[in-house]
Amino acid sequence: MQVEETKEFKPTIVAFCCNWCSYAGADLSGTNRLNYPANVKIIRVPCSCRVNPMFILRAFQRGADGVILCGCHPGDCHYTTGNYYARRRMTLLFSMLDFLGIEKERTRVEWVSAAEGAKFAATMNDFVATITKLGENRRLEDIRCKKQ
Amino acid sequence: MQEAMIKRAKELLAEGTVNRVMGWQAGEFAYDITPTVFSSADELDKAFVYNDFCSANVSKYMIKESRKEGKILCFLKPCDSYSFNQLLAEHRIWRDNVYIIGIPSYGKVDVNKVRAKGVTGITGIHTDGPNVVVETIYGSETMVKMDVMEDRCLCCKSKKHMVYDELLGEEGEVLQSNRFEQVEALENMTPEERYEFWRSELSKCIRCNACRNVCPACTCENCVFDNPASGVANKAPSSDFEENMFHIIRAFHVAGRCTDCGECSRVCPQNIPLHLLNRKFIKDINELYGTYQAGEDKDARGPLTNFTVDDCEPSIVHHRRG
Ligand code: SF4
Ligand code: SF4
Ligand code: FES
Repeated sequence: MQVEETKEFKPTIVAFCCNWCSYAGADLSGTNRLNYPANVKIIRVPCSCRVNPMFILRAFQRGADGVILCGCHPGDCHYTTGNYYARRRMTLLFSMLDFLGIEKERTRVEWVSAAEGAKFAATMNDFVATITKLGENRRLEDIRCKKQ
Repeated sequence: MQEAMIKRAKELLAEGTVNRVMGWQAGEFAYDITPTVFSSADELDKAFVYNDFCSANVSKYMIKESRKEGKILCFLKPCDSYSFNQLLAEHRIWRDNVYIIGIPSYGKVDVNKVRAKGVTGITGIHTDGPNVVVETIYGSETMVKMDVMEDRCLCCKSKKHMVYDELLGEEGEVLQSNRFEQVEALENMTPEERYEFWRSELSKCIRCNACRNVCPACTCENCVFDNPASGVANKAPSSDFEENMFHIIRAFHVAGRCTDCGECSRVCPQNIPLHLLNRKFIKDINELYGTYQAGEDKDARGPLTNFTVDDCEPSIVHHRRG
């Protein structure tokens, strides 16, 4: 039996976007007709600090190959300080993932304001390219959640 | 020490300062030490022990005990006093209901290391200068204490008591410890090697939850790991992912609050070096946000409930080391 080998790898990306800046930034990049790959799945959160480390792991479990968190620029958080806390948490979490030998390129944090539609598209294109090069998430996958 | 402790406990019971005593007693075997609450002088005489096997940190018991009627006497070793102080910082213990006697600790003995020397039938232990004398049914065996000491005691961070009402014995100092060496060794490996290392360790986990239950920093009434919707609730991990998830989240939930008491690694029946995960967080916090020792200052703000406007970006992880 011939196994199909030429299938192009299209990574699944989960992007947590805070409602007040990055989600609006994503919207703007849409209205400006800027392209970013359709395999970026956006999950809207009220603030970047809503994101619990468990969310990131869960995204990987359910098939993400890369997870990115986008929030307001430091100092601009709608709740004033949310993203400062998120910044510390994500730094420590990413460092721990790296400590466990999970590719550090798979996680990222970017600050994208509501006016930065172009930055949003560019960030996503760059992230998708990185993950495509890296290949499928193997080290933090849950085989039970894989499509057969 | 044991006699002095019993004597003082009896005095405090007699004068009515306390109505219970938190201590240790031998379980089925002499090395099988169990934390116990004693409520009379008789009980103390009968079962209270304090020896080189009494390594259990009793500070976590004070959460429940301090909510009961009357004061309880609690003996804290230096490292336990850090845990106790951290619990005070988190408003988990009713301080007024606990009378603390600080006791010195010169390191506790790991029974597995004693057994590895071929010693069986252990019935007791006592310190004799730099040595320990292990009593067995076949007679007694003397060995150098350093050789059989618990790993965590070999890299002790402090002999100083963070909180007490009175001290028995002398007060010690904060020590220079090399406790981050193993973490560094792992950091210097390639990601592939680290991945293999942790897979081989974490895949041994049987999810007994002992590490969670013993941890004095881990005190939520409703734990995420008891929630069936978490996908990692109370069952043997059924995939690599669940093992990773449990351990990342367990360590993360105590990050910034873990005092590095080492109880998690001590109780793990599978000998998983869990302290390496906690120490990695401590090391990162020290390096990125300034040196911080949980339990040292009960009025300090923890590193994860704090920030500065010019904290490093998470991308620092991508740039640090290879
Ligand atoms: S004590 Fe050890 S075996 Fe038990 S849940 Fe913790 S890591 Fe797993
Ligand atoms: S995580 Fe381990 S070392 Fe840290 S406080 Fe809890 S039991 Fe102690
Ligand atoms: S509201 Fe955008 S990061 Fe807090």
